[in-house]
This record gives sequence, structure tokens and C-alpha cells, in this order.
Amino acid sequence: MNAAVDSLSATTAPSRETRAAWSLALPALMLFTGVVVIPLVMTVMLSFHDWGQYKGIEPVFILKNWREIASDPYYAEMFLRTFRVAVLATLITAALGVPEAYILSRMSGRWKGFFLLIILGPLLISVVARTLGWALLFGGNNGVANKLLMSIGLIASPVRFMFTETGMVVALAHAMMPFMVLAVWTALQRTDPQIENAAISLGASPLTVARRIILPQIMPGVLSGAIIVFSLSASAFATPAIIGGRRLKVAATLAYDEFLNTLNWPLGAAIAVLLLVALVLIVVGSNALIERRYAELFR
Amino acid sequence: MSLLELDRVAKHFGQTIAVDAFSLTVGKGEFVSFLGPSGCGKTTTLQMIAGFLDPSHGTIRLEGHDLLKITPARRGLGIVFQSYALFPHMTAAENVSFGLEMRRVARTEREERVRGALAMVGLKGYEDRHPRRMSGGQQQRVALARALVIRPSVLLLDEPLSNLDARLREDMQIELRQIQRNLGTTTILVTHDQIEAMSLSDRIVVMSKGRIEQIGTPQQVYERPASAFVAQFLGKTNEFRATVDRTVSPADLAAGSWSAPAPAGVTGAVTISIRPERISFGASGLSARIASRIFQGNQWLFQCESECGPAIVIRQNDGQPQPAQGDSVHLAWRTEDMSVRVAGGTS
Repeated sequence: MNAAVDSLSATTAPSRETRAAWSLALPALMLFTGVVVIPLVMTVMLSFHDWGQYKGIEPVFILKNWREIASDPYYAEMFLRTFRVAVLATLITAALGVPEAYILSRMSGRWKGFFLLIILGPLLISVVARTLGWALLFGGNNGVANKLLMSIGLIASPVRFMFTETGMVVALAHAMMPFMVLAVWTALQRTDPQIENAAISLGASPLTVARRIILPQIMPGVLSGAIIVFSLSASAFATPAIIGGRRLKVAATLAYDEFLNTLNWPLGAAIAVLLLVALVLIVVGSNALIERRYAELFR
Repeated sequence: MSLLELDRVAKHFGQTIAVDAFSLTVGKGEFVSFLGPSGCGKTTTLQMIAGFLDPSHGTIRLEGHDLLKITPARRGLGIVFQSYALFPHMTAAENVSFGLEMRRVARTEREERVRGALAMVGLKGYEDRHPRRMSGGQQQRVALARALVIRPSVLLLDEPLSNLDARLREDMQIELRQIQRNLGTTTILVTHDQIEAMSLSDRIVVMSKGRIEQIGTPQQVYERPASAFVAQFLGKTNEFRATVDRTVSPADLAAGSWSAPAPAGVTGAVTISIRPERISFGASGLSARIASRIFQGNQWLFQCESECGPAIVIRQNDGQPQPAQGDSVHLAWRTEDMSVRVAGGTS
């Protein structure tokens, strides 16, 4: 008798809870389905449609767009450039962001707040103002930074910034810096400051402490920051659009052009889907790798 | 003989004085505890010895060398931190091995010493465990092995047992003492736990508000507290106001209806302090009433209202009948069990 009651309540209670959970999640779920899943599915379908200069979009299933992307080296170059720029931007943010986050985490309260604001600066400034600021700094022969670098003899001719990959990498690295610093900073917050003292007391030099004690502990933070920076850089539109214009395209600006200038929506959709799939694969793959490699630190 | 010497060491943080005029000589192989409430400057002193803080004044010498001229990395001290501060990305063996690697000890010798150190702290077979997969007690042992494997001239322990539960703490105390005795490593322990300090140390430095209150063996600081603070901090104590009358001969020391011949050197109003376990119920003495009595298994704890204020008495549960609540009693003690101070003074 008792057992029957128990089993009854055991089967009904979770189902009621499940129903409550579903109904609570429903509004967000509907919004997510409506504005993300459905357009995404439509984009994927669009990439298999045909398009002609005069006939427009034809809702048929063909592999024309995909075949074009696969066979024309122009697209390979675009994607290669996209990922090259993203990788370089990621490496720069990591190289500068890790020490930056470390110094920030060791600062006293007042200065910490001030410098945190400066680091967050790029997020607070409009992408247009920020990117054009960089362009002014390096603009042609009269750019302040170029003049300075030439006067101290570091470079012989001005660094070209507009319409170059250098410009894209620099502007993207600057824009993405907050994400790296914050990710590393969060990892640093979780470390015990006494651990550094322990290493010092055992005879470690500052460099050894940084390399063998601090860096391994914050590596998960560095890598998750790198994933964020990489995926945001690879899919960035505004910064590459302003610096590269239509002379130096990346995957995102290429898709944009196909949509809005050539009006070849299906080809644009194929490029966008390919970029998305590539990014998802890279992010999920590296995330799995990190979790396996640093399992001990996630416990 | 003296290994570590602190000479009038002081540390100021802005206006606040964390440690003031700290002078201490530690002999080779000695186990010394810094005991005091939090904020008394004991950890600050330890950090100055370790080199993580620079003293504002004074000198610290180790084997005759000025320690302040040596960087913390080259001082060769073993330190066990309150949080253990193990390297979470390294296994137990790698943690212990780190200090030896920094000293460029050859691989074969290193492995042997790491194994030996882990075996010494009872962690044989745990070489490949990561700290986060170990219990608090095991992490504590790894931290101890890591500090001892470099054969430090002085072992510094910063509240190493405070994160362990009571039972484990007692076991670790015994083990710590045994290891320290076997190795003969000079050790300084920082603790706020008087029982820990008393059961482990050769000498205790009792500190309060950045100053040394008393330095002595556990028995000395417990039985002959140099100040009211020491008497209060180390175990329970009773304090009664008393007067010394030098007009009669022999001079008389009286607290309420209790009196005894006065010791030399004091006169007028004084404070006498007696440990609760040294007071017995007698036929004559300080008259009091039992306000309440608490049974604690091996002993009885009596809270009394005496002529000179509240008093605590602890009696061994030896099977003898004990006074009940509300009984009138007389509190008596031997003169050698009390310490007498001039009232209002701290010494």
C-alpha cells in the first residue's frame, strides 16, 4: 500500500515539476526559436537555392553555391584571410592581455577601478570612432604614430593601415582586448595569492613563478578568452568593413556584399553558413580539448 | 647556539603599528610558537622572517647572516601556509619535487627524496594524486612534505592546522611534533590555539597588539603568566582584588575572608589570579555560593558568586561528593598557585 503511494507520487511529482520547468522556459524558448533557429534554418535552406542575374532566387535544391565556394580559390583566400586575421588578433590579445590582467589583479582598489575602465574602453566607444581613430593614428605619412616610429628609426617607411591586414589585426586586437583581460582576470581571481609565495619560498625566480606556477593555473582562462576573441574576430563585420572596405574582404564582409550589393542571396547564405559551421567546429573542438587537458583545474 | 635572531623588529603599516620591538632568539632544533589573538602581529612577524614583508625597523639574523639582505627565494626556509598553497596543476610528487628542482638536485636523488618525504608524512602511494583530489589532512601533509624536503634551516608554520577538524587536528599535532623531533628542524608555529601552542612548543611567545607579552615554556606562561592578558588568553583564570597590609607582622594579604602571608615586594591594592583547577573547597577561605554547576564528564565546572566577584572552579570528577547549586562554600588555594600583581598594572 505504502509502496504503491510512494511509486505514484514518485511518478507524478517529477512530471509536474517538468511541466512547470517547461512552462517557465517557454517564453524564452519561443523567442529563441523565432529569432534564431528559424532564420538560421532558412539561411541554410537559402544556401541551396539557385540565383540568376535576371531570374532572381529560385527555390530549388542545387549545390551550385557550395560547389562554387569549394572550387573558386577566391573564397579559399577570403576564409584563409579571415582565420589568419582572427588568429593573429587572438595571439596579440593573449600576449598583451595576460600580463595586463595579472598587473590589474595585483593593483590596489582605486587604481584597479580606473584601469579596468580603460581596459573596458573599447567596448564603450563606437566601433566607427574607434576604428577611424586607429586610421588617423597611422593614416598615410602624416599619421602621428607613423611619424613617431619613423623619427626614432624603428621603421623606414610609414606602416600602411587602411586596406591592410595589419590594420585589421591591430584594430580587432584592440577591440577584443577586454574579453581576453576579463577572462584571464576571472581565472586569476580563483588562484590563491599564497601559492606564489609558496613557490618563491621554495626558491623560484619571478620568471619561473610566472611560467610554471601562474600561467598553468590561468591557462583555462586564457584559452576560453582566446575562444571568445577568435570567434568574435573571425565573425567581426564592422571593423574589417571600415578598414578593408571592399578592397580587402573577409568572410563576414564578403557575405554582406553578396547579400546587399550583388544581391546573390543564396551565395551569401552559403558563405555565412560555412563561416558559422567552421567557427562552431573550432570552438567546440578546442573547448573539448581544454576541458580534457585541464580537467584537474576545473574540479 | 642561537640559530635565528630577531632584534627589535617592527612593522608599521601607515599609522598602524602591526609589530613593535619584537626581540627573540631561537635555538637550533627548538620549536617556538607565536601565540595570540588575530591581529596581534604574529603572522606579520612570520612573513617578515619569510621575507614576504620587510620590517620597518630592526634586524633578523639567521646563523649570523643578515636575513634582510637575502631575497625570500634564497632564504632556504620551509613554509607551510594556512591555505596549504599547493600547486593545483601539479601532482603531490610534483609539488614536493618543485623546491628540489629549483635547487637543481639531480633527478635520481630528487625522486628518492620526494618519495622519502611523502612516506615520512604517511602519503606513500599518493604520489600521482592532484591536490584537489585529496582531503584537507592529506593536502596538509603534502604541504609539510614540500616544505621539509628542501631541508630548511627553519620551518615556518602559519596556522597549519586551523582548517582541519578537531579530531584530525589532534592527530596532526602529535605527528607534527614527532616529525619535528626526528628531523630536529628548528620550527616556528603561528597559532591562535593555546592548546596547540602548549602541546607542541618548547617555548611560547605570547603576543598582543603587536607586542610580546611573555616568552617562556608552556608551563611558565600557563602557571606564571607575566600579565593579565597572558593569564586570560591561556586558559581560564580567576582574578580577585586583594590588599596587602604591611602594618602587621608578618605582612598580610587578604581577599575577602581569605588571607595568607603576603609575598615580598607588593603593597596596597593588588590583583591575585588563580587557575580554576587550583581552587578547592575547604573549611575556611573566600566564602562563596555555587551559582551553577556543569557536569563535563571528566570534571565539574562550578560557577560561584564570591565576596570578591564571580569565580570559576574546576574539580576533577574523582567520585567524591561535590557541592550542589546554591550551597555555601569556602574557596581555598595554595599561595604558590596564585600570582600577585599590583592592581591596575599589567605586570
